[in-house]
Amino acid sequence: MRVNVTINGESRQADDVWEGESLLYVLRERLGLPGSKNACEQGECGSCTVYLDDVPVCSCLVAAGQVEGREVRTVEGLAEGDKLDRVQQSFVDAGAVQCGFCTPGLVVAAHDLLNRVENPADEEIREALAGNLCRCTGYEKILDAVRLAATRGETA
Amino acid sequence: MDFLRPSSLTEALAVKAERPDAVPIAGGTDVMVELNFDHRRPGALLDLNRVTELAEWTETDGKIRLGASVPYVRVIAELGEVLPALAMASRTVGSPQIRNRGTVGGNLGAASPAGDTHPVLLVLGAEVEAASVRGTRLIPAEEFYLGVKRNALEPDELITAVHLPAEVGPQQFAKVGTRNAMVIAVCSFALALHLDTREIRAAVGSAAPTPRRATAAEEYLGTELPWSTKASLTDSVKRRFGELVAEAASPIDDVRGSADYRKHALSVLARRTLTWAWNDFQKGERECA
Ligand SMILES: Cc1cc2nc3c(=O)[nH]c(=O)nc-3n(C[C@H](O)[C@H](O)[C@H](O)COP(=O)(O)OP(=O)(O)OC[C@H]3O[C@@H](n4cnc5c(N)ncnc54)[C@H](O)[C@@H]3O)c2cc1C
Ligand code: FES
Ligand code: FES
Repeated sequence: MRVNVTINGESRQADDVWEGESLLYVLRERLGLPGSKNACEQGECGSCTVYLDDVPVCSCLVAAGQVEGREVRTVEGLAEGDKLDRVQQSFVDAGAVQCGFCTPGLVVAAHDLLNRVENPADEEIREALAGNLCRCTGYEKILDAVRLAATRGETA
Repeated sequence: MDFLRPSSLTEALAVKAERPDAVPIAGGTDVMVELNFDHRRPGALLDLNRVTELAEWTETDGKIRLGASVPYVRVIAELGEVLPALAMASRTVGSPQIRNRGTVGGNLGAASPAGDTHPVLLVLGAEVEAASVRGTRLIPAEEFYLGVKRNALEPDELITAVHLPAEVGPQQFAKVGTRNAMVIAVCSFALALHLDTREIRAAVGSAAPTPRRATAAEEYLGTELPWSTKASLTDSVKRRFGELVAEAASPIDDVRGSADYRKHALSVLARRTLTWAWNDFQKGERECA
């Protein structure tokens, strides 16, 4: 089937999509957007997190056909050209990235949190990131990155 | 495989009647896992995301009609006051990403013994609204769960809503899991004190092939609760209640816990939630009936 969807503000089309295919597969394999990572395909790791109509979801658990006519925003859509979003920049500055596999999903989840809560408490940060696993960092630097981003004003 | 995309409930029911093999997909948090791992290859997917009728809830005369596709995040944000135990259970589901998509209708459709909303629906005396082109019926939650991942739906039926009484009185949900977030329950427990009828309802989850009520425990408590004096509960009452709740379960040994551990944990959850619910009653915060 064909799927029409707006991705990062641009209308896109994917063809020959299998009806049981996930949004994650369409993003990575059909539309050349490898930012969202595939690690578990069962909603456990959060590395595939994207916005669907402004709501963070695991793209591996959304059927491609469900996004017809809707809006998706991936980690690629957070930066403006070469200028990183404040959450992305804070992950770099705080050293919250090691292998980087979990980073795109964490960035989207943290981005959403800071959209909703200007100055989140540590418990709120932990709660918001509870669906994102990181194998490398031990999470402390990730918490630092989110705290740092919170001090840096508005999110785009 | 076909991807069917009805845009109204009438259309969805017509499609389901024509294609009983079509698997409904709401949040997709159960269905997609099965598809991704090739555990299921249905003839068709029936996408419910466009059926806006299923994504609404209404309150009439103290009754909530909760649309099947209202995601957990909205149950938590919008229904915490009137359906506190359902909101508590919703808060324990998965992660924010899962709660943004997952629905009570999907929990019922999957009918996993470990589904977190099931014990709550049992203690509230909820009714599942099922519809087909043949008409609509209400199935009491107790008659809905037939076995592991089996429910009372006919092949041409969709779950349209759940009917629940609002603000029955103090109620609690508690779950034991191996970590704080993202785990299915090792066991779970819900309790409701129905103030208008002075009835106590208790139910266990993840501790038998289906979620089930703990009727002997309910009856025991019914005779022991000092409703009129509001006196504090004795340890022996709480302990006996816990024992009877544990006896209602017939759990299995598996990777997440042994049967003995599950029974023990249930008796602890029962004692604890009873203490919390009775404290609420003593404070009279929810004494609205
Ligand atoms: C990482 C992860 C963590 C999870 N944690 C928990 C947890 O802690 N507690 C818990 O209870 N569950 C948990 N789940 C399971 C799942 O999120 C829930 O069961 C959820 O309620 C399913 O809702 P859904 O809308 O996503 O269902 P879907 O996946 O869309 O559907 C589930 C089933 O219900 C059927 N169905 C859906 N809607 C209807 C309808 N209207 N009429 C008839 N049939 C219908 C589908 O055909 C399917 O069989 C978890 C899942 C994942 C992936
Ligand atoms: S790949 Fe989607 S949650 Fe892990
Ligand atoms: S940095 Fe490697 S998984 Fe998080």
